[in-house]
Amino acid sequence: MNTQAQPQAGHHDDAMLNTNYLKAGSGWKSWAFTLDHKRIGIMYLVFVLAAFLTGGIFALLVRTELASQGHTIVSGPTYNKLFTLHGAIMVFLFIIPSVPASLGNFILPMQLGARDVAFPKINLLSFYIYLVGATFALVSIGYGSVDTGWTFYTPYSLHDPEAATKVLYMTAAVFVLGFSSILTGLNFLVTIHTLRAPGLTWTRLPLFIWGMYATSIMQVLATPVLAITLLMLIFERVFGLGIFDPKLGGDPILFQHFFWFYSHPAVYIMIVPGMAIVSELIATFSRRVIFGYFAVAMSSLALALVGFLVWAHHMFTSGMSEYANMLFSALTFLVAIPSGVKVFNWTATLYKGSISFAPPMLYALAFLFLFTIGGLTGLFLGTLNVDIHLHDTYFVVAHFHYVMMGGTVIGFIGGILYWWPKITGKMYNFTSASVGAWLTFIGFNVTFLSQFVMGSRGMPRRYYDYLPEFEQLHRVSTLGSYILAVGLFTTAGTLIQSLARGRAAGRNPWGSVALEWQTQTPPVFQNFEETPIVTRGPYDYHLATDEELREDLYAVDPAK
Amino acid sequence: MSSPSGAAAHDSHDSHAHEHPSYVAHHFDTAQQQFDAAKLGMWVFIATEILMFGGLFVAYGLMKAKEPEVFIAGHHYLNKVMGAANTIVLLFSSLTAALAVRSSQLGKRNETSAWLVITIFCACIFLVVKYFEYSHKIEEGLLPGRYFGHPFFDMSAAPGFHEALPSRANMFFGLYFLMTGLHGLHVVIGMAILGWVLMRNMRGDFSPEYFTAVEIGALYWHLVDLVWIYLFPLLYLIG
Repeated sequence: MNTQAQPQAGHHDDAMLNTNYLKAGSGWKSWAFTLDHKRIGIMYLVFVLAAFLTGGIFALLVRTELASQGHTIVSGPTYNKLFTLHGAIMVFLFIIPSVPASLGNFILPMQLGARDVAFPKINLLSFYIYLVGATFALVSIGYGSVDTGWTFYTPYSLHDPEAATKVLYMTAAVFVLGFSSILTGLNFLVTIHTLRAPGLTWTRLPLFIWGMYATSIMQVLATPVLAITLLMLIFERVFGLGIFDPKLGGDPILFQHFFWFYSHPAVYIMIVPGMAIVSELIATFSRRVIFGYFAVAMSSLALALVGFLVWAHHMFTSGMSEYANMLFSALTFLVAIPSGVKVFNWTATLYKGSISFAPPMLYALAFLFLFTIGGLTGLFLGTLNVDIHLHDTYFVVAHFHYVMMGGTVIGFIGGILYWWPKITGKMYNFTSASVGAWLTFIGFNVTFLSQFVMGSRGMPRRYYDYLPEFEQLHRVSTLGSYILAVGLFTTAGTLIQSLARGRAAGRNPWGSVALEWQTQTPPVFQNFEETPIVTRGPYDYHLATDEELREDLYAVDPAK
Repeated sequence: MSSPSGAAAHDSHDSHAHEHPSYVAHHFDTAQQQFDAAKLGMWVFIATEILMFGGLFVAYGLMKAKEPEVFIAGHHYLNKVMGAANTIVLLFSSLTAALAVRSSQLGKRNETSAWLVITIFCACIFLVVKYFEYSHKIEEGLLPGRYFGHPFFDMSAAPGFHEALPSRANMFFGLYFLMTGLHGLHVVIGMAILGWVLMRNMRGDFSPEYFTAVEIGALYWHLVDLVWIYLFPLLYLIG
């Protein structure tokens, strides 16, 4: 990160390599066939956010239906489809690709001081596979959509008369999307191993990279199991294979084992990138080195490991043996250790830090608060006797929304706001971004705290109708979801306004010492005009030169 | 597989700064770095393949533990001779793939092409044998699931001699077709990859300095071979 020059080898046109990446090529083809990780990241970002919007609209429809007892806006069968689509779209089209494929694609090579990911063509291929998968999902919706829940549990997914071909299309969609995810993970693993800049040792890697590394391991090792599971499900449906279908002598619990062997690590594929972003935000906006860097880095890997050992805690009431239940319950508690390591270290980083409440930091603090609730309620569910009471209630719904939405999505938005100036070269209005953050935070808590209460009182999840005593809390939850939507739209409006009329951003608007802020804004095609030579860690504020922190220190009034 | 230490990459970079060979993509500093990346990438991909087949092996293992008699009865209807012949063909093709890499490292272009052609030819033999096995099963009605006992997938035909088999043998043949079918698909993909490598070799893309595609193509082919090494005894040689 010092200014030592290093000649850039290359048979490419040097002028093009050192042009602002947004101007290196124009026209739709320069996007559709680009191999630049930054442009691919942006294309992913656009589609992933479109999926978020779609899934979010389904969520609002579900909440609106539940605002009062009985029929409100849709019929029972339609309601089943709505919550299935909300789940399937949010999980497979939004959260899993969200951080790695969009921000990860953009930022990871820059944080490594690399010129691109290891396999740029495979990176583009992964994006198109994602689009193919999304198309299959749309076809399934066009046929009238599935109503199996996003888990496709057998035997319902085999015999549901409503969903003959639609189940096939939706499982095919998820099958295809899995390959997109695998290729992204593979690319990142190899990039981190082979393309680190000179001097960027493993102990100098930003925590975002460590998070991406752990995520990639899980993507690469868990997703193929989902692929084969779905293939067997498709075979079961088409030929009557007799492995999962109890009518033919198969074992439906086996499907659940297979499914969760992927889908539990998938939960960590979703949350670890959120944690990875928050580590960056907390360091930058506390202006100090992350407390316990090594422990935080290793806790990501620990989550990746433990994530593979706890899948059956989704199945405590499915009829496993008592001993299996006890084993998986005990293993589940292990998850609390790396999660706790992260939360305590972030909190310790804040201590005596020079904290600024810029919009991205509001999201980081919201993450700390919400993830802690989400994580601790997970322990309730990992406890066998408590889980018998809470299984398949709104308590579970609230728990995983606190982790997935309160954790990953909040971290994702924080990351977008943090890297926005670098990606677009524009600043945004801090006031409206902060209003958006607060509305999102308040709306989120109103929506899901009430669901904890409902769940503990016995309100089952996925039901179309409910007993009168739950109506009050359902109303509160629906109201909260509207506030949440207003908060998210406020943030979206802020960013659109920034694109249209935002003030130009400087090279390093947050005064961060991390590597990606040391290059131009927006970055040049090959990220750095000269390959950087790294001489310190990514959070070493005490070692940074004034030169590195210069330009648009955070003290600049953002409103102007 | 190891990554260059910062200093080493820096030095080697400087020494090559003005001789960036055309086969090194712009985002790599050295040919070695590019080779390491490609090889690590293929190893990671192989790991995903093993986990994908692993799911099938787990399903096989659980079903066999639960209903061993079904598997024993079913496996008598698989042709051991053809299976063994295919095993030998694939093992031999792995050898020729490795020899292709060796001759490519030595810069013997024509020899590389010859080994690659032999490898692809072996793959063809494998598929032809597989074709005879499959068509025999289809004629006999030894088919997956609900098509079991109905030759040529014809549901109107009366079930044939398979009353001798337990009714759950349909599950065994389902697994047989799923496992060997997925493997067969990998053989076809492997042939495509080796064909592409052959084309590039004949075009003269490779040299003792640059033979990455030959190496990773062969690596993939060994995986295809390896999977069959497990499929053959598990399906054909039980009981």
